Amino acid sequence: MGPGYVPFALGLLLAALGVATVAKAYVAPDTAPGEAPRDAGSDAPRDAVPDDEGGARRAGTQDVERHDAEAPDPRPLAGIQWRPTVAVVAAVAFFALTIDALGLIPATFGTGLLAALARPGTNPLRALIIAVGLTLASWVVFVVLLQLRLDLFGDWLGG
Amino acid sequence: MDLLDNLALGFSQALQWHNIMFCLLGVVLGTAVGVLPGIGPTATIALLLPITFGFDDPTSALIMLAGIYYGAQYGGSTTAILLNLPGESSAAVTAIDGHEMARSGRAGVALAVAALGSFVAGTVATVVLAVAAPPLAQAALSFGAAEYFSLVVLGLIGSIALASGSMLKALAMIVLGILLGTLGQDLYTGTPRFTFGVRELYQGLSFVALAVGVFGIAEILRNLHDPRTRTRMVSRVANLWPTRAELRRIVAPVIRATGLGSLLGVLPGGGHVLASYASYAVEKRVSRNPREFGHGAIEGVAGPESANNAAAQTSFIPLLTLGLPAHPVMALMVGAFIIQGITPGPDVMIEQPALVWGLIASMWVGNVLLVLLNLPLIGLWVRMLTVPYSVLFPIIVVFACIGTYSLGQNPYDVLAVAFFGLLGFVLIRAGCEPAPLLLGFVLGPLLEENLRRALLISRGDPSVFFTRPISGVLLGLALVALVVTVLPTIRRKRDVVFAEEE
Repeated sequence: MGPGYVPFALGLLLAALGVATVAKAYVAPDTAPGEAPRDAGSDAPRDAVPDDEGGARRAGTQDVERHDAEAPDPRPLAGIQWRPTVAVVAAVAFFALTIDALGLIPATFGTGLLAALARPGTNPLRALIIAVGLTLASWVVFVVLLQLRLDLFGDWLGG
Repeated sequence: MDLLDNLALGFSQALQWHNIMFCLLGVVLGTAVGVLPGIGPTATIALLLPITFGFDDPTSALIMLAGIYYGAQYGGSTTAILLNLPGESSAAVTAIDGHEMARSGRAGVALAVAALGSFVAGTVATVVLAVAAPPLAQAALSFGAAEYFSLVVLGLIGSIALASGSMLKALAMIVLGILLGTLGQDLYTGTPRFTFGVRELYQGLSFVALAVGVFGIAEILRNLHDPRTRTRMVSRVANLWPTRAELRRIVAPVIRATGLGSLLGVLPGGGHVLASYASYAVEKRVSRNPREFGHGAIEGVAGPESANNAAAQTSFIPLLTLGLPAHPVMALMVGAFIIQGITPGPDVMIEQPALVWGLIASMWVGNVLLVLLNLPLIGLWVRMLTVPYSVLFPIIVVFACIGTYSLGQNPYDVLAVAFFGLLGFVLIRAGCEPAPLLLGFVLGPLLEENLRRALLISRGDPSVFFTRPISGVLLGLALVALVVTVLPTIRRKRDVVFAEEE
């Protein structure tokens, strides 16, 4: 057995499971088109059509389908709001890209600002205040209290 | 009587006032750092490990570290329950029902139940550890590669019972998790796999980055898409204490979970993860109203938390007797042992009984201190929920970044957090749960390593998995578990059909 044996076998298995999931979606869709959106935690599946395999199966498991219940739309990309999604991912990526070059203070500030802006209702001034407070808090918690060896300012800023 | 002598020796060490102080200090620090959102037990211990380096007395250093461990674990459960941010895979199970409880205003109850269950389980498991360490070490020694492989298969199949959505998708998530676990250098040949020439990927993906991404960041994205969830949560934080009826409901789950956890914790390689998953699955099966699970069932918090703590205790057995770290935290413990000039293994028990038994006794002391410390503080932790979400989630994002980065000073780990956050969010939207993915990731490398080792030893003959008795039995159990998982679905489907005909 070489180094590729297990990954290859897993890849085949995953592909088979993917095909099965697609096939099942055609034969017995999780949410039939036109079916009323299901309520979280309600007894909605009781009126599932019994001859519909997906519906009947759901009747058994629906009550614990936490995530599904909260996202009634079966299309995973439908209804994604771009502002929070892009901002949060950008915030984390910003930290990764700047922590070494700019250091802890600028990286934390930028990440905090981007993250705070992710929520649609937050105005820039409030986001700025959050970012400043967060930078101070990070400095106190990680550098002063926990004594982590983090450069406050990175190579580019002469730290 | 060996046992009593050993325990007496242990407590004579652990109850020295300076050791109690170190244990208390460890518990306080561990809890304080552990409740920081986005920083789980592994990160907490890694952050606090250097504090213990300066100690002259290795016993005190290890006792303090054990205190940190329990504190960190409880702190991790706190964020799992309050913010749906499990810092390690075992707390992911607690988050399922614990967070639902928090959302319906019962955060205090969930935290109290977690503390009480952990205390009971910890007390029992300490005794189990003292009694069973030597013979269990013998049993674990007889496990070969084939047995480990079958055991991991059993664990993975068992975890499907947990998945609340489509079984097909849960299975796919496990396979994807194992596949992610194969990233990096191949164990036997050193060949880089899926690294795309990026040097930082040679050591594989960081568990913490994956966990923080698919649970923490993905959860934030989910919350931001559904602001209702937060307002509902803050408005009702009522009764902090469980009622008498609720306490009665958790007695049996705690006892079952303690047994399960003590047993599974001994197994090297994610025993505590298996324990909390298995406990949840068992409680869901035996419960009279399994529909409650996933919507804030108190048994779903009490069981896994107790199992987790019992397993945390007994997972010291392979470490102390074989020098085998059972999970990432134990690997950090090995590091601490070595820095103190001790190589963990069978010799330590014979050569340094005061240290080993002192550590075991201090675990119990740590559990007592944990309950004394945390029950009064529950109100304080719950207040974390009243912080406006617009302030809270940037804190989580920033702390998660710093925590992940500080583990290995590796910016790629943080980049991985961003990637897996997005992936986790898309998966949740697609009805795939991230918990099986994480379990596959943790157990995947063990699965592959033992599969290949077993086949190497048997010269490529796969029949070893069935002909070796322990391995055969474990695989048989896995098959039974699979059938049992599928069966209720079939049965309930028939029930629905019948109900319709009446």
